[in-house]
Amino acid sequence: MNVLDVDNVSKRFGSLVAVGGVSLAVAKGELRAIIGPNGAGKTTFFNLISGFFPPSTGKIFFDGADVTLLPAHRRVELGMARTFQVTEIFPELSVFDNLRIATEAANGYRLRFWMNREQKLQIGHLVEETLELVGLRTKAYRLVGELSHGDQRAAEIAMALSLRPHLILLDEPTAGMGDQETYEVTKLIRRLHQSGNFTIVLIEHDMRVVFHLADKISVLDRGRLLAEGTPQSIAANDAVQEAYLGKAA
Amino acid sequence: MKAGENSRKLLALALIWAALLLAPYWMAPLGGYTALGTRVLVLALAAMSVNFLLGFTGVLSFGHAAYFGLGAYGAGFALKFLAPSTPLSLLCGTLLGGLAGALLGALIVRRRGVYFAMVTIAFGQVFYYIAFQWSSLTGGDDGLRGFSRQPLDFGLFSVDILSNTDAFYYFVLFCFAAAVAVMGLILRSPFGRSMIAIRENERRARFLGIPIERHIWIAFTLSCFFMGLAGALYALLNNFADPRGLHYSQSGDFVMMAVMGGMRNFWGPLLGAAVFVVLQDYLSSITVNWMSFVGMLFVAMVLFFPRGLLGVLARRSAA
Repeated sequence: MNVLDVDNVSKRFGSLVAVGGVSLAVAKGELRAIIGPNGAGKTTFFNLISGFFPPSTGKIFFDGADVTLLPAHRRVELGMARTFQVTEIFPELSVFDNLRIATEAANGYRLRFWMNREQKLQIGHLVEETLELVGLRTKAYRLVGELSHGDQRAAEIAMALSLRPHLILLDEPTAGMGDQETYEVTKLIRRLHQSGNFTIVLIEHDMRVVFHLADKISVLDRGRLLAEGTPQSIAANDAVQEAYLGKAA
Repeated sequence: MKAGENSRKLLALALIWAALLLAPYWMAPLGGYTALGTRVLVLALAAMSVNFLLGFTGVLSFGHAAYFGLGAYGAGFALKFLAPSTPLSLLCGTLLGGLAGALLGALIVRRRGVYFAMVTIAFGQVFYYIAFQWSSLTGGDDGLRGFSRQPLDFGLFSVDILSNTDAFYYFVLFCFAAAVAVMGLILRSPFGRSMIAIRENERRARFLGIPIERHIWIAFTLSCFFMGLAGALYALLNNFADPRGLHYSQSGDFVMMAVMGGMRNFWGPLLGAAVFVVLQDYLSSITVNWMSFVGMLFVAMVLFFPRGLLGVLARRSAA
């Protein structure tokens, strides 16, 4: 069964059609990359999947259930987590507290006014685990706002992971990064993919990253799905060459 | 490093409580009087309630005086019409403020930013005009009179808090301590951290699965309960409830206290309220235009020390 099924969704802002009739099916465990020139509607498409706003038409299924009209926080409860193009974190809190808030929210504590010692230890343990996974353990008590861009990105991915999702949406995870940082984040994403616990959809501009990571690629152009296929077939696709790769080169 | 920070926090906490507990003894030699200290405590509780929202949830209510005023009227009505009992009057005031907050909050939290502030002002003014116009019940512009705080009856003995100002101070301090302890515990709970998450980054909080509107509503309601308690204590302090206690200029005073003292700091509003009340007391005996001096101080604070008095002090001691 597919983890994500997007059925012919559109999003209009006034007379502008940001996304026009896109369908997409992502299988369990797959890593799908969405590429396309600037203004192709990639982020809008992500906002539709994650419930930032509802689509004008079309339907979205998550694990077979219709989530088209579900608010964002309900989709999170169902196991969908995302990161943003511009890093969205709690800059004035420590890395540990950032992850603790995410972990508490994911484990049903967000409305609690009291936790016993055991519960606190359990949350702390989960946070440590996530810190270990993304390699931020040594920076746990630094303020996130003070970290390097790459580490902030890692922290945001860690927050998404704290939600124990099985679908992760990453919006340009390497945007604005140097080579070394890009390498680190790419390595992290590949590790997550290879663990087999996650289905990952990512938007990415860096073609090295895309061709290195993706099982399948979907190309958006001017709000429409231009092509879909393996990295090899996309690289060989004439329409894509013209719309995107050709222009970039 | 962490241990040092903790011990400094404990020391600061000990100093604050020592100063509050001994206030009737050190205020008089410095030219103050106990009732002034009581006023500081009551207004500090109100400013801390405003800050519970402003500083820790990141939403600015400019109409919180409404729930303060409702608390005052609630306490006054209880003493005047229900029974001569101080605890009952506090309970009634707290409930009236809190329940009104819960009801209106449900409408208010749909808006954010400037619109949130505007809607809170609008609702606040509605209560002001009701209190102002409904003279037969509220006494209108003259305020609600004809009640006074009652001795605390403990069965074996009773404490006179009406004529013994020190006893009343300690009673208010007890209420203040209880309220502030609850506030502190909430802020250290997972729910409190979710409030801070909303303050820090609402979009991120939403995508962590936190239902933003519901959490802001709960925070708003809790803050209104604290506000109602502060208002009830204020009515007991003055043996009087005044429609001006509901007015948005009163809300502005509370926000001013919170910002002046340091809104990112739990204790900031206490310091802000102390400065505000003492300046008011001192300057108003010299000039009727005392507010313009407080206003100038406020502008200077915001321009040069945006973190407030306590923010500056905390940074000094950390450096």
